Amino acid sequence: MPGESKVHPKPAARFLTRLLPVLLIFLAVSASAQEREPVRIGFMDPLSGPFASIGTSGLLQLHFAADYLFNSKGGILDGRMIEIVPLDNMQSPTETQIQFRRAVSEELRYIFQGNSSAVANALNTAVLRHNRRNPGQEILQINYSAVDPILTEENCSFWHFRFDAHAVMKLNVLTDFIALNEEIQRVYVIGQDYSFGHVVAETSERMLNEKRPDIEIVGNEFHPIGQVKDFTPYVTKIVASGADAVITGNFGADMVSLARSIIDSGLDIPIYTFYAAYDGITATLGADGKNRIRLVHNDSGNPIPTEERKQFYRDFKAAHPDRDVTQPRLMNALSMLVQAMEETGGDDPYEVALALEDMRFTTLSGEEIWMRGSDHQIIQALHISVMTDENIEFDADNSGFGLYTEHFVPAEQTVMETSCEMRRPQR
Amino acid sequence: MPEVLVFATLNGLVTGLLLFMLASGLTVIFSMMGVLNFAHASFYMLGAYFAYSISLYFGYWTGLILAPLIVGVLGALVERYGLRRVHQHGHVAELVFTFGLAFLIEEAVQFFWGQDTKNYQTPDLLDFPLFTLFGQEFSAYRGFMLAISIGIFIGLYQVLTRSRVGLIIQAAISHPHMVANLGHNVPLIFTAVFGVGTALAGLAGVIAGPVLTTFPGMALVLGSIVFVIVVIGGLGSLPGAFLASLLIGLLQSYAIAANVGMPDLLALLGLEFPRSHPLDDLWTLNLAQIAPILPFLLLVLVLIFRPTGLMGKREQ
Amino acid sequence: MKALAAKSGVWAGYLAVLLLLPLIFDSILAISIFNQMAIAIVFALSYNMLLGQGGMLSFGHAVYFGLGGFLAVHALLMMENEAVYFSIAFIPLIGGLTGLLAGVFVGSFSTRKAGTVFAMISLGIGELVAASSLIFTGFFGGEAGVSGDRTFGPPLFGMDFFSDVDVYYLAAFWVFVSTVFMYLFTRTPAGRMANAVRDNPERAEFIGYSARWVRFISFCASGMFAGIAGGLFALNYEFLTDENLNLVTSGRVLLMAYIGGLGFFIGPIIGAIILTLMNFLLSNYTELWLLYLGIMFVLTVLFLPRGFAGFIMMHRLAWLRGRLHTLALPYLLTGLPALLFVLCAVCLLELSHAAEPDLHFLGLSLARDSVTVWAALLLLATLGWYLTRKSVPGLRRAWEAANAPDAEAAREQAT
Repeated sequence: MPGESKVHPKPAARFLTRLLPVLLIFLAVSASAQEREPVRIGFMDPLSGPFASIGTSGLLQLHFAADYLFNSKGGILDGRMIEIVPLDNMQSPTETQIQFRRAVSEELRYIFQGNSSAVANALNTAVLRHNRRNPGQEILQINYSAVDPILTEENCSFWHFRFDAHAVMKLNVLTDFIALNEEIQRVYVIGQDYSFGHVVAETSERMLNEKRPDIEIVGNEFHPIGQVKDFTPYVTKIVASGADAVITGNFGADMVSLARSIIDSGLDIPIYTFYAAYDGITATLGADGKNRIRLVHNDSGNPIPTEERKQFYRDFKAAHPDRDVTQPRLMNALSMLVQAMEETGGDDPYEVALALEDMRFTTLSGEEIWMRGSDHQIIQALHISVMTDENIEFDADNSGFGLYTEHFVPAEQTVMETSCEMRRPQR
Repeated sequence: MPEVLVFATLNGLVTGLLLFMLASGLTVIFSMMGVLNFAHASFYMLGAYFAYSISLYFGYWTGLILAPLIVGVLGALVERYGLRRVHQHGHVAELVFTFGLAFLIEEAVQFFWGQDTKNYQTPDLLDFPLFTLFGQEFSAYRGFMLAISIGIFIGLYQVLTRSRVGLIIQAAISHPHMVANLGHNVPLIFTAVFGVGTALAGLAGVIAGPVLTTFPGMALVLGSIVFVIVVIGGLGSLPGAFLASLLIGLLQSYAIAANVGMPDLLALLGLEFPRSHPLDDLWTLNLAQIAPILPFLLLVLVLIFRPTGLMGKREQ
Repeated sequence: MKALAAKSGVWAGYLAVLLLLPLIFDSILAISIFNQMAIAIVFALSYNMLLGQGGMLSFGHAVYFGLGGFLAVHALLMMENEAVYFSIAFIPLIGGLTGLLAGVFVGSFSTRKAGTVFAMISLGIGELVAASSLIFTGFFGGEAGVSGDRTFGPPLFGMDFFSDVDVYYLAAFWVFVSTVFMYLFTRTPAGRMANAVRDNPERAEFIGYSARWVRFISFCASGMFAGIAGGLFALNYEFLTDENLNLVTSGRVLLMAYIGGLGFFIGPIIGAIILTLMNFLLSNYTELWLLYLGIMFVLTVLFLPRGFAGFIMMHRLAWLRGRLHTLALPYLLTGLPALLFVLCAVCLLELSHAAEPDLHFLGLSLARDSVTVWAALLLLATLGWYLTRKSVPGLRRAWEAANAPDAEAAREQAT
C-alpha cells in the first residue's frame, strides 16, 4: 500500500498510482515544501429543501470549527488544511445515494452526516457495501447526530462512528430524571409515527415501568410525521387523560405545533423533548415555553464551564450573528478525527478508524469523552436543561431564552450494554 | 369522555370552517374557470407570511387587513398574466401551471423568509382563555377564528345570492358561455373572482398562522386536503364545499379523539390473525394513526361511487 | 423505404450512444448520472404514455414506480437469503409485472373518466399508498426503507455487478428495450386509439371503441413501464424508501415529461436528461437550485407549452425551407442580452442569499456588502432586459420570414 507512507497526500493517489513510483516519491518529498494537498471531508446533510435550515447551520459550524481550531493554526498533519466539501442530500435517502457516489468519485474518505436516522441507515449500508466491494478505497461515516440505536446495535459497522448518545441512552437519563420527580404520576407519550418515535415510545414506557411502577402511562400516541395541521385534538386527549408530564421525540414544525397547542390549551405541565430548541423553535415558543420545555442533550448550553468554549461561542457569534452553536458534537467529532489522523500520521480511513477506537478526548468544555471500541458509540456526559431566560449567557435564536442545565449525568453513568457484534475487516 | 367529545367537536368546527375559507375560493374558481388551482394553499401560506412581516412593524390587526389584500392583488396578477396565457393550451396546461406555481411559491417563501418556523403570535388582545370546560381552556383566539369564518360564510352567501355580482357569478358557474354571450366581461369576472378567492385564502392564512405555525411546509400540509373537499363537496356547489369542509374537519378531529382501532374491531368480531405476514401492521392500526389520510380514502370512494360529489350536479 | 432506413438509423444511433457513453465518460460520477438518467427516461416515457398520448393527468404515477421497486428489492433480499436464485437481469421484469398488476387494479376503477376525476383519483391513491408505506413497516420498511444487495445473483456475461458500470449496461439494455416497445405501442391500434380518446372520447366511442377500455390499456402499459423503471432503480441504488412512491416523485416525473415536451415521443427523454443534469449540476453549486427549477418550470409552461421538444420541432418548417440559418443572427441578438439578464439576476439572487462576505461567481469575486457591485449588477440586468425586449420584434419578423411560404417552396411542395 503506497498510500501508507507517512507524508504522502492520499487524495492525489488516483492520478499518481498510474504513474511511476519514482514520481510518487518525488512528490511526497517535495510536497512538504510546497502547498500541501488539503484533507477533504464531506459534509452530507440537507442544504436545500424543507429541512435545510438545520443542515446549513451544521455546515457553518463545521466550517467554522475547522478554520478556528485547525486551519488558522497551520492545519493538520504538518501543514495540510482541512477542506469541507458540502454534499446536499435534501434529507432524502435517494439523494443520499446519489451524493454518496459523488463523494466516491471525488475521493472523499470521510463523510459527516447527522440528520435523520433513515438517511444514516441508508448511508451506513451504502458505505458498508462500497468498502466491501472496493478495498483500498474505504470511506468512514462520521455520524454526529443520528440517534437510532440500531446503528450501534444490530447494524453496527466498523466504518461507522457515532458522536452523540443514542436515543435509548438519552431516554435512560431522561426517565431517571422523571423518576426523581415525585409529583409526576401520569405520563403521556406522543410522537411521530416512524422508527425514532417508536423507540421513544417503547423505551420510555418500559423504563418508567421499571423505575417508577407507580407512574401510569396514560397515553401512547403516534401521529403521521409532518402531516398534522392542528395538534389541538391530540392535546384534548392529553388534557382528558389527566397527564402531568409529556414526553415527545418530535422535531421541527411538528415539535413547535405540538408545544404551541399544549400551551394554548392552558395545560401547565412539563414537556420532555429531544429537539425543542434552536433553529427558530426557541424564538417561536418564546415566553410560553419558559420552564415547561426540557431537553436532554450533550454539552451544556448554560452555564458554560470553560473560558475556551465561551470564546469559541463568542467568535462564532461574531462571524454568524443569526446562528448559534447548536451542535457541539460536530467540534468533538472533528477534533477526535484530527487527533486520530495525527496519531496515525496520515488520513487512511482504516488506520484512523483503529485509532479512533477507545480514544479518550477532552473537549473544549473540559469534559472527557470516550469512543467505545466495541460498538463505536461515544460515551459522554448528558444534560437535562430547561428553557428559560434566567441566568442565560448564551441564548438561542437571539431571543433572550436559552437552555439552562438542571440536571447533569456524568459520562460513566450513561453507559449502556451493547449487543453489537462487529465484523472487523482485516487488511 | 364527554369533554373529549365536546372539544373534538369544537376543534373539528374550527378546522372545518378554516378549510371552508380556502375551499370556498377554490370551488368558485374551479367551477367558473375549470381550473383546479394547485397553488391555492400557497396563497394561504403567503397570507400568513405577509401578515407575520406586517405584524412585526404595525401589529397584528394591520396585518389582518393588509395581508389578504396583498395576496388578492397577487392572485389577480397571477390570473391576468399567467393563467390567462396558459388557458389557450387547455386544462392540463393550466393545472400544470398552478402545480409549478405552488412549487415556486414554496421556494420563494424560503428564499425571502428562510426555512425556520416564524414567530408569528396571536395578538395580546385575544390572548386569554374564552372559557374553561372540564379543565381545558378554549382560547379567545380560536373563538375569533370561528367568528371570522362564520362571518365570511354568511357574507359570501349573501353576496352570491343577493347581489347582482353574485348572480352573475352564479350564472357563470353553471353556464359560463351563456354569461359571456349576454355581454358580461367574463375575463374581468375571472380575474376578480380569482383575486377574491386568493384573498380569502390569504385571510385564512393570516388567522391560522399563529395557531397552526407559520413555516414553509404549511401549504403542503393543507394543499391537497382542500382539493379533496372541493371534489367531495361537488363541482360548482358552495353548500357542498361547506358541508364537505365540516365533514372533513369533524372526521379528522373525531378520528384522533376516538381510542379505537383494528385490535378493538378484531376483538369485537372475535377474530384472531397470525402475526407473521408482511402486512401484519394492519392488525394493530388504530383510527388516530390514519386520521390524516381518511380524507383521501373518502375522496377515492366518493369518486368511484358518486363522481359528481356529494352535492354537485355536473360532471367534469 | 427511405423513411424506414432513416428510422432504423435513428434507433441504431440511440443504441450506439447508449453503449458508447460510459466509454467516453468513465468516472464513477458520470456513470452514476447515466444510471439516474436511464431510470428517469423509462419513468418519464411511461408517464408520457398516460398524459401525452392518453390525455390522463396523473398525480400518483410514482405508485407504480415505487411498488415495482419495492417488489424488486424484496426479490434481491430473497436472493440474499438464498430463497431463490436467478439472474438479476430479470429484476426489472419483476418491477414491471408489479407495476402492471397495480395498474390493472387501480385502472379498473380510475379510468372510467379522464380529466379532473382521473387526476383526483390518482392524487387520492397516491396519498393513500404513500401513507400506507409508512404504516406497513413490515413490507415497506418505514421511513428507513428496504435494502437489498444486488451482488448475490449469478454473474452475467462476466459482470458481477460490484460496480455501477455493470448496472449501467444492464440498465441501457432495459432502456433500449422499453423505449422500443413504448414506441411500438404508439403505432399499435391501441396506441392510436389512445390519441383519439384523448382528443375526443365521444367520437372515439362512435367508431366503436370503448373510451374506458382504451384508457385502461394505456394505463396498465404505463404502469408496467413505470414498474420497470422502479426495478432499475432498485438495482442501481439497492434501496427503496417511502419517498419513491410519494407525491414528490410523482411531481418530478410530471415536471420531466412537461419540460421535455408532452406531445412528442422524444420529449420525455429530453426532459429526463435535462432534469437529471440540472439536479446534479445546480444542486452542487447553489442552495437555491429548487428556486431556479421552479422558475424554469413556470416559464416553460408559460412560454414553451410544448416543452423543449416542441421548441426544437418549431424549427422544422424553417429547416425544410432551408432558411434555418437566417434565424441564427436574430437568435444571437435576443439570446445574448437575455443571457446577460439571466446571469445578472442569478447573481443578484445569490448575493442576497450569500452567507460568506465574498461570492464567487463565474470566476468573479463579488463583495456582498458593496453597493457598487449591487448597482452595477442591477444596471447590467436592466440593460440586458431592455435589449432583450428591444430585439424581440426583430426576432419575430425573422421568424415569420423564415416560415413564410414562397413561390419556390410552394412549387416544391406541389411536386
